[in-house]
Amino acid sequence: MIMNVSFKEWVKSGSPFIWLNAGAVAISIIMVIGLIGFIAAKGLVHFWPGEIMAAEYTLPGNEPSKVLGQVSDSEMVSAIQLKAIGLKTKDDAEEAERILIKVGNRDVYGGDFRWVLDHHLSNKTYPEKAMAVERREWGNFYGYLDKVYEGHDLVADVAQDDEKAWQHFQSLVSRALDIHESIMDIQKGEIGSINYELERLRLKERAYELEDELTDARKQDFVERRAELNKEYEVHQVTLSKLYTDLKRDHFTAKEMGGQVVEIHISEVVRAFRPNSMSIAEKIAHYFSKMGEFLGDDPREANTEGGVFPAIFGTVLMVILMAIMVTPLGVVAAVYLREYAKQGFVTNVIRVAVNNLAGVPSIVYGVFGLGFFVYFLGGTIDELFFPEALPAPTFGTSGLMWASITLALLTLPVVIVATEEGLARIPRMIREGSLALGATKWETLTKVILPMASPAMMTGVILAVARAAGEVAPLMLVGVVKLAPSLPLDTNYPFLHLDQKFMHLGFHIYDVGFQSPNVEAARPLVYATAFLLVLVIALLNLSAIAIRNHLREKYKALEM
Amino acid sequence: MNDTAEKKCRSIDMSNMGRETRHLDLASEIPALTVKDLRLSYGEKEALHGIDMIIPKKRVTAFIGPSGCGKSTLLRCFNRMNDLVDGCEIKGQILLDDQNIYEKSVDVAELRRRVGMVFQKPNPFPKSIYENVAYGLRIQGIKKKRQIDETVEWALKSAALWEEVKDRLHESALGMSGGQQQRLVIARTIAVKPEVLLLDEPASALDPISTLKIEELIHELKNDFTIAIVTHNMQQAARVSDYTAFMYMGDMIEFGDTDQLFTNPTKKQTEDYITGRYG
Repeated sequence: MIMNVSFKEWVKSGSPFIWLNAGAVAISIIMVIGLIGFIAAKGLVHFWPGEIMAAEYTLPGNEPSKVLGQVSDSEMVSAIQLKAIGLKTKDDAEEAERILIKVGNRDVYGGDFRWVLDHHLSNKTYPEKAMAVERREWGNFYGYLDKVYEGHDLVADVAQDDEKAWQHFQSLVSRALDIHESIMDIQKGEIGSINYELERLRLKERAYELEDELTDARKQDFVERRAELNKEYEVHQVTLSKLYTDLKRDHFTAKEMGGQVVEIHISEVVRAFRPNSMSIAEKIAHYFSKMGEFLGDDPREANTEGGVFPAIFGTVLMVILMAIMVTPLGVVAAVYLREYAKQGFVTNVIRVAVNNLAGVPSIVYGVFGLGFFVYFLGGTIDELFFPEALPAPTFGTSGLMWASITLALLTLPVVIVATEEGLARIPRMIREGSLALGATKWETLTKVILPMASPAMMTGVILAVARAAGEVAPLMLVGVVKLAPSLPLDTNYPFLHLDQKFMHLGFHIYDVGFQSPNVEAARPLVYATAFLLVLVIALLNLSAIAIRNHLREKYKALEM
Repeated sequence: MNDTAEKKCRSIDMSNMGRETRHLDLASEIPALTVKDLRLSYGEKEALHGIDMIIPKKRVTAFIGPSGCGKSTLLRCFNRMNDLVDGCEIKGQILLDDQNIYEKSVDVAELRRRVGMVFQKPNPFPKSIYENVAYGLRIQGIKKKRQIDETVEWALKSAALWEEVKDRLHESALGMSGGQQQRLVIARTIAVKPEVLLLDEPASALDPISTLKIEELIHELKNDFTIAIVTHNMQQAARVSDYTAFMYMGDMIEFGDTDQLFTNPTKKQTEDYITGRYG
């Protein structure tokens, strides 16, 4: 049959509409996949050990200089731009390639990165023995291992036996890492607890003082306890100083690309590797160990190195606290609005107001949180319950609790609306069935209606979590910091420190991306952290969705 | 087709209903519920215009009438289900044990336990079969597992459902067929041992076989309970009830022995309705 359909008929058939719908869906999917794919690709390559390139760089009219480092980016520059600084493209082409080399050795050259024009590079090689050393300070070092010293004794020399020297070097590095870890454990663990305990003693003493109840006996008691803690502290301090001496024992020398010999303490080394001689398996192992570091370690070097664990922890903890606060409040409010309040003008006004709350810009919530929660409520709490700590604020400053409460307020409308809709969907027959059996309204609500509406409540929580986890603006006002010295959850009583400030992935992205002194080093981290934030939100959502699906299965709606 | 022929084919033949011949006398019945000049209005509109009747004890009383005649509304007055409707105002009295159920001091939950109700569409809770039946008992604060077990079994047996579900008591009630669900709802209602059982078109959403089972069940239950049933199926009313009330436009037109009402109605309107002139 010949398809000879007029345009009018085609429109009437509905196919254009189907195409339109399908097209819209396709565009949405492409955009989501594109977005996640882009940040994933940009962020995930960061952990791959790139090869170290050695080359000579000769600008016309200059002495040739040597470059050694990892190629981290490349871009095209136009001839006009080059002309402005007195350079030409190769064969007068319109564009020339410019590559960004991470040359490291900030202590020697002053900067980590260097842009070079590709066509002025010559003698590109990838030397097997080129070594990258990640350090605790001053960024990466690129060069060639020279001599290894244990104490003051030369124990290995590359010139004699390269393989042996490298092995020895690595064993000294891992020894230093072990010592470093025990130092951190003692500092954060035992000494942290002692300091916390001392601070609590000080506050208790101050509290007695304020109430004029600081008797001599009590004073004596405080002195004794303090002496006890100090004695404990001394013991740890001795261990620590011994560990520090141990840590500082070894050093090595290395030649940077110019041939200059640099002396570096092994205690400063986080990781040393020779990417050019690594096998694929070793590179993959390196990749995952870097990723593990990113996920599990504290940040270093103004957040541009190391990991983001405190930020992940802070984000998740804050979202969970937010959900714990917003769910009961939203559910109770929705139950009152739908089940108890007399439906009419007032309830409709309240509904409209609640819906509009969802549209208030989040920074406004931040301002409100700072003014009302932090300064007013927090200040009042401090005066009433923590006068001993004043003038240092306890809750009268931004912190985890105020951040969670502010976000709970921000997401409250979502939970109320979702729960109300869930309650409205429950057939009247079910309520009547329960009432007709002699149940009161309260019994009907708690035993039948609320369980049946629980999937809807979870939908509200899912939406709330999705919104709260991605919020940054209000948090900057009510509790997030660039670097928190400790996690808000630890082994010191009362374990969960709601008054502490915390780190957050969203703010971390902003901080690394815009406030970092080392822009080039920070860029891949911005992508990696953004990707991680998306993953964390997705995981939080998926767990909430799993709970909802479980509930849905349990309270399958009736076909009515 | 002439009028007589139509009347003949639509009228209800009581002879082949399989009923025993009964000798009923409304005046000698003990009333379970006594309705005195009951008026109900939704806002301005009056839906029931002064109903006077009794619901005799341990008998089945059927309410018939065209849609919107107020039969369901009247039934819902017996356990104060109309309280849930906004703007519903009720005057007059309904006596249960000489106590007006519309008095302020009456505990509505307790009243509804004594006057149970089954609705048009099956409305089991999204819980297990066992928990559905145990619901009313738990509401009453019964905690002993043995007592609950026994009552659940008794109720399911009384509702002729035990054999079908005894092996899957802890499965969801929503997996049952519509007829089973309705019998479950009846079991749930009788589990709290109400004195009066109100059935609001209990079989209208069911297939013929399930309907038959519900009707058989009503026959069984009338030995223990007072039953009031609303139906728009006249055959059903004729089959299951001892007394029938015909309602029209919010008025009780005729109330009496079912056999008599269907075979020899005293009012013209009743006759017109049961012969299919209108409704």
